[in-house]
Amino acid sequence: MLKQFDIRRWSLAKREAAAGYFFVSPWLIGFVLLTLGPMLASLYFSFTDYNIIEQPSWVGLDNYAQLFQDPLFWQSIKVTLQFSALALPLGLLTGFALALLLNQAIPGVRIWRTIYFLPSVLSGVAVTLLWILIFNPKIGIINQLLALVGIDGPGWLSDPYWSVPALVIISLWGIGQTMIIYLAGLQGIPTDLYDASKVDGANAWQRFWSVTLPMMTPVLLYNLVLGLIASFSYFTQAYIASSSISGGELGGPVRSTLFYNLYLYQNAFRYFEMGYASAMAWVLLVIVLLLTLLIFRSSSAWVYYEGELRGRT
Amino acid sequence: MATKTKTEAPTPAVLKTGWRANLKYYELTIKTLTTFILAAGSFVVIIPLIYLVSSSLKDRAQLRQEPLNPLPIAQVMVRLNNKNEALYNVTIDGQARQMALVKKAPGGKGIFADPAAPDVTYELLIADQTPVRRLEVHWENYPEAMTVVPFDRYAINTLLVTFTGMAGMLFSCSLVAYGFSRFRARWLGPLFIVLLSTVMLPRQVTLIPIYVLFQRIGWVDTLLPLIVPQFFANAYDVFLLRQFFMTVPLELDEAAKIDGASPFQTFLHVMLPQARPALVTVGIFHFLYAWNDFYEPLIFLHSRENWTMAVGLQTFNALYASNTHLVMAASVVMIIPPILLFFFSQRIFTQGVVITGVKG
Repeated sequence: MLKQFDIRRWSLAKREAAAGYFFVSPWLIGFVLLTLGPMLASLYFSFTDYNIIEQPSWVGLDNYAQLFQDPLFWQSIKVTLQFSALALPLGLLTGFALALLLNQAIPGVRIWRTIYFLPSVLSGVAVTLLWILIFNPKIGIINQLLALVGIDGPGWLSDPYWSVPALVIISLWGIGQTMIIYLAGLQGIPTDLYDASKVDGANAWQRFWSVTLPMMTPVLLYNLVLGLIASFSYFTQAYIASSSISGGELGGPVRSTLFYNLYLYQNAFRYFEMGYASAMAWVLLVIVLLLTLLIFRSSSAWVYYEGELRGRT
Repeated sequence: MATKTKTEAPTPAVLKTGWRANLKYYELTIKTLTTFILAAGSFVVIIPLIYLVSSSLKDRAQLRQEPLNPLPIAQVMVRLNNKNEALYNVTIDGQARQMALVKKAPGGKGIFADPAAPDVTYELLIADQTPVRRLEVHWENYPEAMTVVPFDRYAINTLLVTFTGMAGMLFSCSLVAYGFSRFRARWLGPLFIVLLSTVMLPRQVTLIPIYVLFQRIGWVDTLLPLIVPQFFANAYDVFLLRQFFMTVPLELDEAAKIDGASPFQTFLHVMLPQARPALVTVGIFHFLYAWNDFYEPLIFLHSRENWTMAVGLQTFNALYASNTHLVMAASVVMIIPPILLFFFSQRIFTQGVVITGVKG
């Protein structure tokens, strides 16, 4: 009766498969319980009115309809895109420029790399608290320095016009991780390409434009996509900055830092509008998929993959 | 990663000497310029950290008076006629003396008196005199910051979450990575694709039902929601470990198998010792992630005695906003472990981040 459970009678292939499934079972169980199940549940919640205490009640597409008419929802998208529009190009430029500099054979390059990478290992909470002091309009170091050259600095995090740029500056300070990824990309470029272009008489500038940049576009693209997705999950800095600057108003001042994820958090864990927040989460998933698709589609025009050319020639 | 092989470019012999000399000069200029830019930029990186440490050693008044002075400096006061008066270096009739400012007079002037002979007073322009100041380091900020809130409690919670979570992550991820790297079965390939695609999934999509689940079983406001999920592996670390396991020669497994070891024994005694560097790498990155994470502790932990340092620090700031110096001291304490870890394992960081770059 128990014949099919007697391992000794199994074929080798079957035993191997069983062992394989046994090893991956922690992830498989976790995937079903903590990913797939919750995904389906949040999809269901998004069609309900749910406050955790009472049973969810079906409301159809109401949450989504309400979402698209919610000015705060649009504000949160606007803030997130404003941040991305500033932080991503600036991060790409400074990160890439730093990687280029740190890829030179100069003495002490390891020390420089260490210094530039350091801020990205530090706690987001501690870093944000430090920058809140740095940006303090009266006693902060930035406005003190600006005053030395006769500029009356803005209120930074407490000024709705400057709050997002201030958060961008904080994010640029932690550019180390992006920089290291670019650096690895640069080091992955085969040196024979440079040698060949040198033989052809290309100067440093031409080598940069026709070897380095085309070879780096996949890495730049990768970071761009990740950066865009990350900005929709941006949370800690905005939460801490807004809640300690404008007296506890999340996303303040005047909702200028109401990031998408902050508004989602507010709906889910402050107002316990779990259905509404779930709808936001699913809209986020669709946004992430669309953005990724869009960038990958449009990338064929400007991204160069080494393999492609080999295929053509 | 390609190893650098320098191949000399064949250059026309005629051009050689002049061209070479020029190139050398050119390269030297580039290198000097690079070093200069990097040095200038590193100030921008380092100054906020110096500012953090110096602010943590000042008192409230120093923080407001001397934001541009990295040293915690204070005005020296002297006791004169039962009052504390500021001490100045003054010059009277070409003679340098130290005098206390007793009273301000109109026209930017002040009445100064020698503490040794307070009866004789002088009226001098305050702007012309330099106040006597000395270093006044407020080390006591640290013990104070650690005791006004139960920081030891936060530290214990953070360590618990970090290390038990790390143990769970290392155990489950290495098991799963071994499964995906060493066995053939019909569904393992498709399952691996599913695993990789979960990287794209925003955390928010699963967070609300997970919260509801943990609330139902009474885990909300305990450390369990931060620890237990780590025992079910995650895509980043499984992927990294699997990539490493693939490079371990299969012969080792086979030799163990011939010796009669079960797959689990092979995993435990052959693969794990081999995979030490990869395990250290993912372990370090997990440490940073768990130590610094704010989002999930904020959501799952409600009462003060359960907070981790990240949540405790943010709340500390909200409650003691006027004690910026104490908040800065607590922040320094929080960033010391990652900095130490960073300096002891730099190489792992600058290499490992490329592979695990997306985490956190």
